[in-house]
Amino acid sequence: METRELTCIRCPMGCQIRVELEGGEVKSITGNTCPRGADYAAQEVTNPTRTLTSSVRVRGGDQAAASVKTRTEIPKERMMDIIRAIKEIELTAPVHIGDIVCPDVAGTGVDMIATSNVLTVGDGS
Amino acid sequence: MSDRKLDLVIIGGGPAGLAAAAAASEAGVKDLLVIERDRKLGGILNQCIHNGFGLHTFKEELTGPEYADRYIKKTQALGVPFLTDTMVVDLSWDQETGAKFVTAMNKESGLFVIEAKAVILAMGCRERARGALNIPGYRPAGIYSAGTAQYYVNIEGRMPGKEVVILGSGDIGLIMARRMTLEGAKVKVVAELMPYSGGLKRNIVQCLNDFDIPLKLSHTLVDIKGKKRVEGVTIAQVDENRKPIPGTEEYYSCDTLLLSCGLIPENELSLMLGVEMSPVTGGALVNESLETSIPGVYACGNVLHVHDLVDYVSGEADTAGRNAAAFLQGAQTQNDTNVKKETEIKIRTVDGVRYSVPATVRPEHMSDMLTVRFRVGNEYRDKVLAVYFEDEPLMKLPKRIMAPGEMEQIILQKKKLEELAEKALAAGVSAPQITIRVEEKA
Ligand SMILES: Cc1cc2nc3c(=O)[nH]c(=O)nc-3n(C[C@H](O)[C@H](O)[C@H](O)COP(=O)(O)OP(=O)(O)OC[C@H]3O[C@@H](n4cnc5c(N)ncnc54)[C@H](O)[C@@H]3O)c2cc1C
Ligand code: SF4
Repeated sequence: METRELTCIRCPMGCQIRVELEGGEVKSITGNTCPRGADYAAQEVTNPTRTLTSSVRVRGGDQAAASVKTRTEIPKERMMDIIRAIKEIELTAPVHIGDIVCPDVAGTGVDMIATSNVLTVGDGS
Repeated sequence: MSDRKLDLVIIGGGPAGLAAAAAASEAGVKDLLVIERDRKLGGILNQCIHNGFGLHTFKEELTGPEYADRYIKKTQALGVPFLTDTMVVDLSWDQETGAKFVTAMNKESGLFVIEAKAVILAMGCRERARGALNIPGYRPAGIYSAGTAQYYVNIEGRMPGKEVVILGSGDIGLIMARRMTLEGAKVKVVAELMPYSGGLKRNIVQCLNDFDIPLKLSHTLVDIKGKKRVEGVTIAQVDENRKPIPGTEEYYSCDTLLLSCGLIPENELSLMLGVEMSPVTGGALVNESLETSIPGVYACGNVLHVHDLVDYVSGEADTAGRNAAAFLQGAQTQNDTNVKKETEIKIRTVDGVRYSVPATVRPEHMSDMLTVRFRVGNEYRDKVLAVYFEDEPLMKLPKRIMAPGEMEQIILQKKKLEELAEKALAAGVSAPQITIRVEEKA
């Protein structure tokens, strides 16, 4: 039997929830004040996901970095792999919001896309 | 004495200025200008590359720059003119004519003055200065405000340091704890003076807990080691009077100290103009139209009171923009002393409620439903949020939790207020009040 303690983030109450797991299966959830907390806790212990945001270097742009995000949520434990993968990337200006910066980043099946515009230096448009 | 005349000048091209400009333009104001001191429109959002913006407005989670871009596109499509790289340096008005004089400066034109009929203040806020660091000794390199560090990492693509201690658990500090960890730094601890964090729960979980970064509540900084560059800091627990408790000191070696000690509205220009200010928010006192004590001058966004949700900023700015348009079209003015004297209702905030925006309401001028936003000064569990008109209860809302970090709101109904104001006047009450307070459960 494994127990996990977590804080529910579905509302400002921030209930401390305790989940009991056996062989990866949820056995009991306690401490939540409402059902939304139970949903949150079950998802968090079995398949936690996050949207990852970061930035990548840009050459020849009006700023040195462009911000990026995973198009959808990715498994939480893959965050560091993605960070390592995008460290290697250097874009060339211009960069536009929505550009695919790295398809299928770190083999997650999710694209990394640009979330800011970086213009070419000297190009006013 | 002016170089140019306009109907409306909007100072600041962040989300507040952009939404205000869009609303004013949609309401028919075409002779307007947005002035932004930065190179780009979008304000602070450009450096907030994390996601979590726009859930209310767009029903999807955007990053800061993406959210800003939606409003930039919208104002561009409406043909709203703007000047970037231009800083407003002075603001004044002529009490006789009501004209406002906006003095601005940029490389191409040098110093110039615009005469405007109406002005919207949307200058945002800035971080509390390092002076907040109330300890003696050296000020070595390696101490940054969290927002400055955010700018370095996200816009300039460089890291301020490798081993980090963060003082203050405001949202920017929390966001930077995650950001710097992802970029390879070791964030050793976040120390918060208060017994609760001023940051959103979601940020505590996803920025600290996800990376096992400890949050020490009721802790403060007592010493910084290092002459040229920070070498380490000592933090200690504080008692209920926020004084360090001897014997609880802990030393952390680090090369970087980030200060996340809160934000204050950027109101130098408002002060020059002589706008009446709230000592609680550091922003202007406004009525239901978000009009300041000076007719035709409106305020919205972080310059008015510090927001944690940009959606609320956009909503508020939309109101300011529409009301500025109505002012220009002659529909309303606070100079109308008759109206003002008879029915300006003051909103009194007591017993745990720190302030409200707006601070006064003129029922004639409010829309059918008016959102009043405010913050409480402490963490309250299982209390009642009570609203009164004079002695008559308007609403009693049971609240499981209220916290300083989460803005609260109530909605006032125009019809109801008009009725009550009329009754009060008939009964000889010359200055009726609405009271918002935290109460015990009955
Ligand atoms: C670090 C951080 C993280 C945040 N995270 C979130 C989040 O996750 N989700 C969310 O919904 N909200 C978040 N917010 C809140 C939201 O971003 C702000 O409330 C919002 O950006 C405020 O908009 P504003 O237009 O009032 O101010 P700003 O964005 O600060 O814009 C003000 C503009 O005015 C300009 N200006 C100021 N003075 C002058 C002058 N004299 N002349 C010309 N121009 C001038 C400035 O350059 C700036 O561009 C966050 C805020 C910060 C600071
Ligand atoms: S369990 Fe329910 S009440 Fe508690 S924090 Fe989660 S959503 Fe809020």
